[in-house]
Amino acid sequence: MSGLTSRLSVDLPFEWRASCSLLGTVVKYFSLTMLLPLLVAVVYREDVLVFAGSLVIGLVAGLALERLETDPDLGPREALLLVSLSWLAAAVVAAIPFVLAGQGTASTLANPVNALFEATSGVTTTGATVLGQIGLERHSHAVMLWRQLIQWLGGMGIIVLMIAILPEVAVNGAQLMQNEAPGPELQKLTPRIAETARALWLIYAGFTVLLMALLYGLHLAGYAPRMDLYNAIAHGFSTLPTGGFSPQADSIAYFGAAVQWVVIPFMVVAGVNFALFWHVLKGEFEVLYENPEFRTYAGAIAVVTAVLAFVLYRGAAPALGDLGGATNGVAENALRQAAFQIASLLNSTGFATSNFARWDASGKMILLFAMFVGGSAGSTGGGIKVVRWLVTIKAVKRELYTTARPDVVQPVKLGGSIVDEDAVRGILVFTVLYFVLLGASAVFLSLDSARIGFDISTLEAFSAALATIGNIGPGFGAVGPFGSYLQFSPVSKLWMTLLMWFGRLEIVPVLALFVITVED
Amino acid sequence: MIIVGAGQVGSSIAASLAAEHDVVVIDTDPARVDELTYSHDVLPIQGDGTDLETLEEAGIADADMLIASTDSDETNIVTCGVSAIVGNPFTIARVKQPQYLHAWEQRRGAFDVDFMVCTDLLAAKSIVGVIGLPTAQDVDMFADGLVQMTEFEIPAESPVAGQTVAEADRFDSLTFAGIFRDGEVLVPRGETVIEAEDDVIAIGSPESMRAFSTAVAPQEDAATDVVIVGGGEIGYQVARLLEEGGYKPRLFERDEDRARWLAENLPDTTVLNGDATDQELLERESVGDADVLVSALDNDQKNLLSTLIAKRMGTGRTVAVVNTGDFTELFEAVGVDVAVSPREATAEEITRFTRARRAENVAIIEGDRAEVIELEIDADSALAGRPIRESMADLPGGIVIGAITRGDSLIKPRGDTVIERGDHVVLFTDVDVLSEVTEKL
Repeated sequence: MSGLTSRLSVDLPFEWRASCSLLGTVVKYFSLTMLLPLLVAVVYREDVLVFAGSLVIGLVAGLALERLETDPDLGPREALLLVSLSWLAAAVVAAIPFVLAGQGTASTLANPVNALFEATSGVTTTGATVLGQIGLERHSHAVMLWRQLIQWLGGMGIIVLMIAILPEVAVNGAQLMQNEAPGPELQKLTPRIAETARALWLIYAGFTVLLMALLYGLHLAGYAPRMDLYNAIAHGFSTLPTGGFSPQADSIAYFGAAVQWVVIPFMVVAGVNFALFWHVLKGEFEVLYENPEFRTYAGAIAVVTAVLAFVLYRGAAPALGDLGGATNGVAENALRQAAFQIASLLNSTGFATSNFARWDASGKMILLFAMFVGGSAGSTGGGIKVVRWLVTIKAVKRELYTTARPDVVQPVKLGGSIVDEDAVRGILVFTVLYFVLLGASAVFLSLDSARIGFDISTLEAFSAALATIGNIGPGFGAVGPFGSYLQFSPVSKLWMTLLMWFGRLEIVPVLALFVITVED
Repeated sequence: MIIVGAGQVGSSIAASLAAEHDVVVIDTDPARVDELTYSHDVLPIQGDGTDLETLEEAGIADADMLIASTDSDETNIVTCGVSAIVGNPFTIARVKQPQYLHAWEQRRGAFDVDFMVCTDLLAAKSIVGVIGLPTAQDVDMFADGLVQMTEFEIPAESPVAGQTVAEADRFDSLTFAGIFRDGEVLVPRGETVIEAEDDVIAIGSPESMRAFSTAVAPQEDAATDVVIVGGGEIGYQVARLLEEGGYKPRLFERDEDRARWLAENLPDTTVLNGDATDQELLERESVGDADVLVSALDNDQKNLLSTLIAKRMGTGRTVAVVNTGDFTELFEAVGVDVAVSPREATAEEITRFTRARRAENVAIIEGDRAEVIELEIDADSALAGRPIRESMADLPGGIVIGAITRGDSLIKPRGDTVIERGDHVVLFTDVDVLSEVTEKL
C-alpha cells in the first residue's frame, strides 16, 4: 500500500492532493449550476441530453478528485494552487456542454480549443467570442443561457462563492480570497470571512435581480419589445460581472435606447468596489465620497464620456450604418453612445451599442485609453484597476521627487491612509508584468497570425491582447465588438485563453505558482 | 509625599520639595536609589511603584500626594491606580504620549489619576507659541487659552526700546507685568523706560500679544519656513501643532524607521532622513533660508551644535530644547535665541499642586526669579469685592495683576476694577513675596 502511494506521489513543492481534493468540491458544485440550463432546455423543449450528460461528467470528475484526500488542509501554496486550478477547471467544465452541443452542427464550438476559449472568456468575464454566428436561431436557448450564466458565476469569484456557501472551504477563506479577489488588497467586512463572502455575493445578486426586473419591466411597459424574460435574465447575468456576452449578435444595440440607458448605470456599478456598497447599505454614504478609488473611477467615467460624446457629436463615427444610428449632431445619441461605450470598456464589460471598430482614430484612441483604466479593486471588472493606477502614479511621482531631494521620506498615500511599501512594490510589479505580457502577447499574436495568413494590423493584434488580458472582450478591427476571435490560429487562441486566466487572477498568483514550482 | 521614578524629572521635583515636605522616592534602579540617599534629604526605597507592597512600605496610606514620574507611561498610570486602592493621595501621572492625556481629559480622574501632565506636549506647545511670536522668549497659556503670558526680549533696533511703558502700552487688554534688567526684577510704572536687551513680561489676550510682537519687531515677518531637527516625541508634537496652525514644516530625523513613521503621521510635514549635524545635508536643504530652526534632539550637545550651525548658516531664529540641568541660560548666552526646558514645563505643572494654595496655573520665569500664577478668587481673598487700588495697598510690592477673566470674557485690570468672587486672576509676582502673596489671596 505504501509502495503504491509513493509511486503515485508526484515531486511537487505542494501538498497537491489537498488542493485537488478541494478542487473536486469546487468542480462538483460548479457542475450543479448546470441544472439551470437543463431547466431552460426542458422549458424550450430542447435537447436535454447535452446538459444532463455534462452535469454527470462534471459531478463524476468532481467526486473523483475529492477522494484524493479525505481531510484537506491548505497552506498558502496549496491555496494558491487551488485558486489557480479552480479557474482552469471551471473553464474546462463550462466548455463540456459547448462541445457536446456543437457535435453534428456547424457550430464553431464543436472544436474543443474554441469551446475552451469561449468558456474561459465566459468564466473570466472577458466576453471575447469565437462563435461564428451568434443568435438563438443557431444555438439552443440552454447553451446561450449557460454562456451567460458562467459569466455571472465567475463575476464575484468562484472561490468567493464557495467560501460563502461551503464551510470546508471557508476555513482557509482569507488566504483563498486574497488570491482571487480583484485588486491589491483584501478587505474584510466582517470578522468572519464567510460572512464577508456572503455579503458580497448578496449585494452582487441583488443588483443582478434588480437589473433583470428593470429590463423585464421595460418590456412589460412596452418600451423594449425585444427584451423578453429570457433576454432580461441573460443580460442581467452578463452586466454585473462585467462579462459582455450577449445571446444577440448585435449585443445591446439590438435593443432600444431605453434598455441602453438602463444598462449604463449597472455597468458603472459593476466596476465599483462591492465592499463600498456594503458600507452604503449600512448607511455610511460618505465612504463613496471619501474613497479615492471611487472618486477617480467616477471622475474618469464622467470626463472620458464627456470628451467622447463631444467627439462623436462632431462626427467621429461616420460609418455606423444601422447599428447605433447617427451621432453626428444628434446630442442624445452622441451622449448615449459615449456613455455606453465608456461604461462598457472602461471597466471591461465589453457590451457594445455601436461598431466602434469603425470609428475614426480620435474615437478609437479615447476608447483605447478607457480600456487601460479597468474597474476598481473588489469589483467584478478587469484590467489594471483604478487603485493600481493611483498608486503607480504616486509612486512614480515620489521617485522623481526624491531624485531631486534624496533625503525626503515620503510614504505613498491614498485618501489619507498610507499604502504599505510592500503593497506599493507589489503593485509596481503587477503593472510592469501586465505591460510586459501585453507587449509580448501583441507581438506573438501578430507573428502567429502572419504565419497562418490571417492579416491583422498591429493595433488589432495589440487590442486583442489587451482585450483578453484585461478581460474586456472586444478590441478593434477583426476582433471588434461585432467581430470574432475565430480566425486566430489554435495556438493564438490557447495563448489568449491563458491571458484571460492570468488577467482574471491578476497574473501574480499564477506566475507565483510557476516560480515556486521551478525554484524549489 | 511619594515620588515614583527618580529620573531627571523625578529627582528634580524631589529636590525642590525636600525642603518643605517629607519626601519618599521609589525607584527600581538600586544605583539611583543609592545616589539619592546622599544627594537629597529624602527617603529612597528600591522597588516597583506598581507593586502594592512597595507603596505600602513607602507609606501610601497616609501620603498626601503621589507623583508618578518614571519613563514608562503605563507604569505611571498603573502606579496611580494601585495607590488609590489603599490610600487616598492626590495622584499626578507624567506621560509622554498625548494619547493618554486625551483619553484622561475625556473624564478627568480616570485611572485614579487626579492630574495628568504630558511633558513633551507642554514643551511642544511652548515652542510653537514662541515660533508664532518673533522676539518671544517664553509663552504660557492661562485661563483655558483666554490669557497668554509672553516674555519678550527687546532688540536694540526695536522702536519700543527707549519708550516709556505709558508710550508702549497702546494695546487693549495687555498689561506690562514685569521687566527683567541685568538679573533684577522691575515692576513697571507708567514712566519706566524700556531699554534694549530688557526682557518684558506681558500678560493679556493672545491677539494683543501678536500686536505687541509686531510693535517690538516691525521688520520681522511671522515665521513661515520652520525646520525641526529631531523627530522624537517633542519634535513630532511641534510638527503636529504647527500643522494645525497651517504651517508646512520640515523635519529632520536620523532613524530611518522613525522617519518613515513620522512621514506617515504628519501629512503636511516634509520629513527628511538624515543627521542634522551633517553640514552638507543642511546646505542641500538650504536650512540657512529658514525663518526658525527648532532643535529637539535628546542630546543637549547636539541641540547646541545644530542650532549654532544653523545660526552660522543664516537661519532667522533658533530654538533649542534643553533636557539636562539648568543649561537654559547658558544656551541663550552662547547664541541660541530661545532655550526651552521640558523639565521646567513639567515642574511648573507639578508645582501648582504642591503649594499650600493651589494655583490654577503656574509659569516659572527666568529660572524662578518670578512666577506668573493664575488663581481663582474666593471670598477670603484680599482681592475679593474691592477695587484693585485699595487691595494693592495691603499687598507687598513686586506683584502686578496682569489679567482678570470673568466667565469667558477678559477684563483689563485698572485701578478701579472691582474683582468679584469666582474671577480668575493672572498675576505676576516676584518669588521673594510669593508665599506672602499666595497666603493673602
